[in-house]
Amino acid sequence: MSTAVATRQSPEKNYLNADHTIASWLLTTDHKRIAVLYLISITFFFFIGSIAAGLVRLELTSSQGLLLTSESYNKMFSAHGVVMIFFFLLPSIPAAIGNFVLPIQVGARDLAFPRLNLLSWYLYIIAGALILCALAMGGFDAGWTFYTPLSSLYSDTQITIALTAIFIAGFSSIFTGLNFIVTVHKMRAPGMTWFRMPLFVWAHYATSLLMMLGTPVVAITLFLVILERTLGIGIFSPEIGGDPVLFQHMFWFYSHPAVYIMVLPGMGVISELISAFSRRPVFGYHFVAFSSLAIAGLGFLVWGHHMFVSSQSVYLGVIFSFITFLVAVPSAIKVFNWAFTMYKGHIELKTPMVYAIAFLGLFLIGGLTGLYLAALDTDVHLTGTYFIVAHFHYVMVGSSTIAFLGAVHFWWPKMFGRMYSEFWGRFSAIVIFAGFNFTFFPQFILGYLGMPRRYHYYYFEPSWEVYNIMSTLGASILAIGFLMPAFYLTASLLKGQRAPQNPWGAKGLEWERAASPPVTLNFSEPFVVTEPAYNYPSEEQEQALEPTGGKS
Amino acid sequence: MKQFPIMPEQASEHAYRYDALFWTITGLTIFFTLLVVVIVGFMVVRYRKGSTASRKNQMDSHLGLELTWTAIPLVLAVAIFLWATYSFMKQRTMPANATEIFVIGKQWMWHIQHMNGIRENNELHVPVGQPIKMTMISQDVLHAMFLPEFRTQFHVVPGRYTALHFTPTKIGEYKMLCAMHCGTQHSEMVGKVFVMSQQDYAKWLEKDGDRFNTTETMVAAGQRLYDKKGCGNCHTETDTERGPTLYGLIGRTRAFNDGSTAVADEAYVRESILTPYDRLTRGYINTMTAYKGQLTEEQVLELTEYIKSLGTTGGGGLMKEYEQPDRQPTGEIGAARNSTDTANDRVSAPATQFEQRGARK
Repeated sequence: MSTAVATRQSPEKNYLNADHTIASWLLTTDHKRIAVLYLISITFFFFIGSIAAGLVRLELTSSQGLLLTSESYNKMFSAHGVVMIFFFLLPSIPAAIGNFVLPIQVGARDLAFPRLNLLSWYLYIIAGALILCALAMGGFDAGWTFYTPLSSLYSDTQITIALTAIFIAGFSSIFTGLNFIVTVHKMRAPGMTWFRMPLFVWAHYATSLLMMLGTPVVAITLFLVILERTLGIGIFSPEIGGDPVLFQHMFWFYSHPAVYIMVLPGMGVISELISAFSRRPVFGYHFVAFSSLAIAGLGFLVWGHHMFVSSQSVYLGVIFSFITFLVAVPSAIKVFNWAFTMYKGHIELKTPMVYAIAFLGLFLIGGLTGLYLAALDTDVHLTGTYFIVAHFHYVMVGSSTIAFLGAVHFWWPKMFGRMYSEFWGRFSAIVIFAGFNFTFFPQFILGYLGMPRRYHYYYFEPSWEVYNIMSTLGASILAIGFLMPAFYLTASLLKGQRAPQNPWGAKGLEWERAASPPVTLNFSEPFVVTEPAYNYPSEEQEQALEPTGGKS
Repeated sequence: MKQFPIMPEQASEHAYRYDALFWTITGLTIFFTLLVVVIVGFMVVRYRKGSTASRKNQMDSHLGLELTWTAIPLVLAVAIFLWATYSFMKQRTMPANATEIFVIGKQWMWHIQHMNGIRENNELHVPVGQPIKMTMISQDVLHAMFLPEFRTQFHVVPGRYTALHFTPTKIGEYKMLCAMHCGTQHSEMVGKVFVMSQQDYAKWLEKDGDRFNTTETMVAAGQRLYDKKGCGNCHTETDTERGPTLYGLIGRTRAFNDGSTAVADEAYVRESILTPYDRLTRGYINTMTAYKGQLTEEQVLELTEYIKSLGTTGGGGLMKEYEQPDRQPTGEIGAARNSTDTANDRVSAPATQFEQRGARK
């Protein structure tokens, strides 16, 4: 097998130009091509979700409401939430970046189940088409949380279609998780022991466990809502014998771990970026690896912190609050280990590293503001307000999306064999960081002042206008920041400089063993892994190598 | 500064307790953010590529450091947890001397009923300094009663009574919002709480209070309904073959045909009126009409108040804490509550149901 690849290999032949027909893309089982398909699709949905967000922000600049009716406003924030969470954030890093990088990082030629991988993308596309149908047919208005009985008996919008779409998208996520777990267990290259795996792989392993164990529960829950809506079977609505609080338990049993599905892969990315651009191994590798598993494990036991005022038992609330506080510990371990990875390194502020540092700041604020919400008493006043909105945007946009962008910029030369403009890369990262804080920081204050989320207008408290206008201005800056990569990355595909195999001088099989872009089966020659991850030379070794390794 | 408010008014006892914790966590947040910014900033500058800083004795891990940044966050987290839990327990324990107000959430308004029969929509008038307990239920979807100036909130759930309490300390007008998305006009579900001086409140009771023309108290309204529906035909002063008595029902332990037991409270009364066959009192068969769909939540509350007026058992301490009464608080929290009652609490020490139960033993 390897000889066949070797004889066919020429510098020009890679997974991108191996075949040019449309069928070769749509029927591909190459994990790298599927990753590219995912990358294109999630970018499309990111822009759909952003348009909805833009309209929501625009509407809130006036305390009286501006353009939309209340009905269309509700549909707008629901569309924003559903599209961004289920069609952008959940698949973003795992399905687009992880799909591409993970098999190469463990030294595999593909994922364990290549056809299942393709099926996962098709399910995602079917689900995406359904959600677009739901929007075209008038939209849905119960928010992304679909709390019953509003979503089951009271709303007559396109909720059934939207729930079906999420149900299907869930299976796409389960298949990705399954593929990653089996690949990590069974397909590692010779010599690639568990503790030689990059932390990106560890993070994805933990994420995959969450996907496999959590997603079926939300699928069942949403299916039960569909049954209640269409057949009137009383499960969640008291009028027909159900219990609305039961829905919240079942929904958050998945949807809280889902937050970690969104943020853990980002943490994996940050470990790679900080290590590569400091030329140092990740500080406390074992602690960082196990903290991912700790977060994944604890993540399953904290769902009730969404329900402190829902009428669940106060003693249950106490237990959930306590476990939630424990999550602070592995999160803190990660942050400090990342910071100390830079110690005595050779730090280069390339675009991905700028994103990584932005991530550190935003994740820190996102995590620390979680303390207010984990604490029973402070949560009572803040839950259901803009404080929550700001907090989870710091985690989901400030952390996950920033990490996703960092990952795209880091592996872009590997994926497409082209370099992008370093100036525009860094510039847009700074614009995004500034725009993001400008957008979401005022929302913390709004929430503390008492502005409930999902309000279309707030004529009764015009003093909130100033923070809302700030937030909307910030969102415009953020939008510009997000548009810039669309241009300069596209430009790099057309006329960017050819990328060398290892443009960053980074460690890892994808940089040291695979071409840019990689060949169809990833590696041209068999190899045995003999060193741990991030085996950057120490200062002493570096000095010994100086004459040859200095310039590149 | 007026244009950029950074905190809501403090208009209840709890608001002060709340803000102390809020700003403590804010202090921690700022401290740790700055700490990491300084560390990262230092690293980036000092160890930038090409700098002359010494890189001798690099380290890949350090157990002492790892334990440090495991232990410090853990200790701080547990400390905040204990503080917040103590304060939360206090807030979720309904004071015994509170004035009861009944709230019914509907798409999209707050309907308020006072014991004396006054009804209000999207407005609530209360006297300053008096502990208020809201017993709430929704007629349709989930709502959340949110009183930002009092720093309290609780969900209003269909089919289930919930409760919250607050003691207003400042005369003024405050927001009463719905913080749970409840459908198209969610942002219209907005009202006001008017906290008045005792004199103004007395005046209001006389002049404006009866504009809904209900001079009838809740108990009287409940009695009228009780007679109209013929409840008294079966439920008399003593247990009969036709039905168990409702005199002294509240607070009494009921035994059911399926062998289970429960202490009768408002939720039990509501269930027994709407769906009596869910739990039949031991020794009785299903002869009663199920009133589900035939009574409004307002009427159920009125009937309940009337039944309460027929006498209660065991001091009638129902829903002082909305939780199931057969659960005991953890010793730690109960003890903490007793030891730290400060002069700040002008309400007489919160006599919880638990404490009453403890005293009776």
